[in-house]
Amino acid sequence: MLNQYETVFILTPVLSDEQMKEAVKKYQEMLKSKGAEIVHEEHWGMRKLAYPIQKKSTGFYHLIEYKTEGPLIAELELTLKRDERVIRFLTVKLDKHAVAYNEKKRAKTQEEVTVKEEAN
Amino acid sequence: MAQPNSDIKFLTPIAVDVKKKKYCRFKKSGIKYIDYKDADFLLKFVNEQGKILPRRLTGTSTKYQKKVAQAIKRARHLALMPYVADLLK
Repeated sequence: MLNQYETVFILTPVLSDEQMKEAVKKYQEMLKSKGAEIVHEEHWGMRKLAYPIQKKSTGFYHLIEYKTEGPLIAELELTLKRDERVIRFLTVKLDKHAVAYNEKKRAKTQEEVTVKEEAN
Repeated sequence: MAQPNSDIKFLTPIAVDVKKKKYCRFKKSGIKYIDYKDADFLLKFVNEQGKILPRRLTGTSTKYQKKVAQAIKRARHLALMPYVADLLK
């Protein structure tokens, strides 16, 4: 059965912009090649951490929302764990309320964008 | 003839409990999913040390208290909220 998941991972701040994009791309491609369907993506950019992780006080946050079969998750998490560029990650299975919430949130931000564009 | 007794009755304040009834804000406003990424919202459910507030203080129902706790723990894992803090608010 196809489930919807959401993964947030934090990359170390020592990476250059290019290295960071490359790391993100690696995971996008990994998901795509394994037959996952990416629903949504968000890059939060550099953010301050609430507490230091591996002696770093900032990190690049990236969120991917996707639909896939269960077994792929273990594989993805293993690669995330082995990747030294990733300092923290979290995968959550989204239930129907979560999916509805995310869709609503997305529609709302999109609306704001179009309103802003119209104003410009 | 006037009734002095009826006046005297109201001189002493009547002890009435005017406790405000607590309610579950999720049930009331129909929120079904609590987002762990929304740290500002979750801040309402922790004290200034970053500890999760008990149900008896916030009035949240059991069902949603569980979800709030889960969301806070996820937010902490992702360093969106602190595990321990001083003067969070």
